[in-house]
Amino acid sequence: MPIDFKTHEHDVLIVGAGGAGLRAAIESSAAGARTAVLSKSLLGKAHTVMAEGGMAAAMGNVDDRDNWRVHFADTMRGGQYLNNWRMAELHAKEAPERARELEAWGAVFDRTRDGRILQRNFGGHRYPRLAHVGDRTGLEMIRTLQDHGIHQGIDFFMEYTIITLLKDGDRIAGALAYDREWGHFHAFIAKAVVLATGGIGRAFKITSNSWEYTGDGHALAYEAGADLLDMEFVQFHPTGMVWPPSVRGILVTEGVRGEGGRLVNNAGRRFMFDDIPELYRNQVARDADEGWRYVLGDKEANRPPELLTRDHVARCINREVKAGRGSPHGGVFLDIGWIKGNKTLEGRTIDAAYIQKKLPSMYHQFKQLAGVDITAEPMEVGPTTHYVMGGVKVDGDTQMSRVPGLFAAGECAAGLHGANRLGGNSLSDLLVFGKRAGEFAAKYARETKTPAPARDQIDSAINAALEPFGRSAATEGPYQVQYDLQDRMQALVGIVRVESEMAQALDEISRLKERARRCRVEGHRQYNAGWHAAVDLASLLTVSEAVTRAAIERRESRGAQFRDDYPDKSAEFGKFNIVLRKGVDGAMQVIREPLRELPPELKAVVEENK
Amino acid sequence: MPGATLRIWRGDKDGGDFFEYRSDYEDGMVVLDVVHKVQAEQANDLAVRWNCKAGKCGSCSAEINGTPRLMCMTRMDTLPTDRPITVEPMQAFPVIRDLVTDVSWNYRVKRQIKPFAPRKPDAPDGTWRMQQADVERVQEFRKCIECFLCQDVCHVLRDHHKHEEFIGPRFFVYSAALEMHPLDTADRLADLKQAGSIGYCNITKCCTKVCPEHIHITDNAIIPLKERVVDEYYDPLKKLVRLFIPRRAER
Repeated sequence: MPIDFKTHEHDVLIVGAGGAGLRAAIESSAAGARTAVLSKSLLGKAHTVMAEGGMAAAMGNVDDRDNWRVHFADTMRGGQYLNNWRMAELHAKEAPERARELEAWGAVFDRTRDGRILQRNFGGHRYPRLAHVGDRTGLEMIRTLQDHGIHQGIDFFMEYTIITLLKDGDRIAGALAYDREWGHFHAFIAKAVVLATGGIGRAFKITSNSWEYTGDGHALAYEAGADLLDMEFVQFHPTGMVWPPSVRGILVTEGVRGEGGRLVNNAGRRFMFDDIPELYRNQVARDADEGWRYVLGDKEANRPPELLTRDHVARCINREVKAGRGSPHGGVFLDIGWIKGNKTLEGRTIDAAYIQKKLPSMYHQFKQLAGVDITAEPMEVGPTTHYVMGGVKVDGDTQMSRVPGLFAAGECAAGLHGANRLGGNSLSDLLVFGKRAGEFAAKYARETKTPAPARDQIDSAINAALEPFGRSAATEGPYQVQYDLQDRMQALVGIVRVESEMAQALDEISRLKERARRCRVEGHRQYNAGWHAAVDLASLLTVSEAVTRAAIERRESRGAQFRDDYPDKSAEFGKFNIVLRKGVDGAMQVIREPLRELPPELKAVVEENK
Repeated sequence: MPGATLRIWRGDKDGGDFFEYRSDYEDGMVVLDVVHKVQAEQANDLAVRWNCKAGKCGSCSAEINGTPRLMCMTRMDTLPTDRPITVEPMQAFPVIRDLVTDVSWNYRVKRQIKPFAPRKPDAPDGTWRMQQADVERVQEFRKCIECFLCQDVCHVLRDHHKHEEFIGPRFFVYSAALEMHPLDTADRLADLKQAGSIGYCNITKCCTKVCPEHIHITDNAIIPLKERVVDEYYDPLKKLVRLFIPRRAER
């Protein structure tokens, strides 16, 4: 007998209520579209809240040499030129306006001495560019969007999870969801759907991501016929907590290094000076003194090597640990306390209170969770799975995928960051492309009729979702399958990759898919975490396969992908992106898609900033 | 490996009871870790709300040994393990299931508070200038992670159930952040007095004590707002003036 469900109708359905989803919703409703936002958690709890360092926007408030051209060139260089250049261009041009708009909606950024929005240094950014609020910028951003958004006539559905996208022929027709509170099903009929579901961190064992980040948007889009792009590029943030074990992976903001924090091995050596990549040779300080002057704001000085891109810093840390030069708990030391006693440009002597003011939540986090006073003792840090550059392939201007009416923005979309994302470019990404997705989804909705998804799609998705309840007691629960997947992905498709291990990972993923099809859940549908974990497994397995297949195909080391069997960058592989598409036989196809050539005016921008 | 017994409340709106779960835990683990361990190994369907596990999202609010706290920021080694550790849902909100409560009331209350209304941009570049010193007190309030522990502990809500008349410490902090925002032009004093019933607060500072962000809720938000309300409505001299010049919001 078909299970009952409730039907809702909107013009635009937005999946996810982090920065991108909320910004899309604000834009879509402002354009007159009846807009719904579904979020897996409560409003204001999405992972945007965890973003610490800031949002990159070339406002030039601290260094007036900054402008969109430098930001564009930095983003392309950081992404090793695999980026969708149109997105990188739009992002660099529009980010300042998106930051100022947040201020007009009530955000309270830290200020410069003349009362403008303060900007800080970050890895890979040539000038101080990150608008920030201490080290809780993400909270400021999500709260501002939330508090503005609740007055815009948007329908919010909190603690709802999508299990499948609905289609009407080739076009999108909405989505089927369940609510956590009751376990009831809901069919959302919508002319346009914007995916803003964030990342895939939960496919790995050590991650800064919470339980929600199971690649839902990636997998939903893939199943619906959209392309996934650049999935081999998973960002391992160089600095996650490593001790105590229960907090392993929790993020330690790059802002610590932006404020002068230095990375040291167990011999006390500042190892980041030992390996400077060619692409950045002209932009790195020659010695510790020059690096410190850069931190203080000396325009003549170059950045300390701790502020190189994340992919590089993560690999250097990995190397130190593997070589036996790590800290007691398998990381390295990150020391910010050393800056005490130095003087700021204003002549203020830096003390413990200064560090606490600059990095309040880091101070709090280490004090409370690790018993470490960061103003006096070094932190122990190591790489943690943080962000996926890959995602749904979208049009750079409109954010629409190849499925008509299906849009994606933020982390679950791909293109802006290429092979490696610069810190701070995510928050600005969410705003710039969240806005665009909302704008064009509303426009698309205006120009189309209400779709009518076939009923059998809904019934079969509901039945599939409920299957784990009916299985025999002899089979295992979903958690063990999830742990094993995370363990395998971490070990076989992690920071350092080789073909043989990744081939093994593919075998294991197919075995895990079998186990996932047999796993059983206890109890009933109401707020049942075991059931939710079982439903999420499908997405996790799809994205894990996509990451692995793309990583095998890219036989070179570039950006976030490091291949031990192909340790060098290859000019050949620099000519295309890797796309994953569901074939007619249901198997995952791997396609090499040539890069679009940079137009001459943007090429000139890259050249002038070399 | 050390071990502990968690006494977890399980049930729904129709009632429930405490169940004891014995579990090992590793060095440095927090209560949420042990709850998760129980969930993974002994009670797959145990309902618990959480996200960031770093004290930044405010999802895993509960009462541990009777005190409102974030489960992710309460280390096991700070609790006595020679007797069971009680973990129960927040008492000021209706329970959904096990440790999960229905906090939607908070979201409804927020929507009723007048939103941010900035003055016209007055800097040459079409934005505003604000000094760091002038935004710092607002930044303190904006640290709030909306864990609603302050609402949970507030006796006006917890014991007297005045949810329909009183907005609670969280929304005094929220109102204060708006009222003291250097750019804001709206006036919320009448609402704080009437719909918010700020007068119900008798400044026992319970909210301040449980705030995981260490916001000085009572001293920096509630008391200044109370003073503004008193100033506006109960100052005899002002009352006299008001006979001739009505207050801004009433003009």
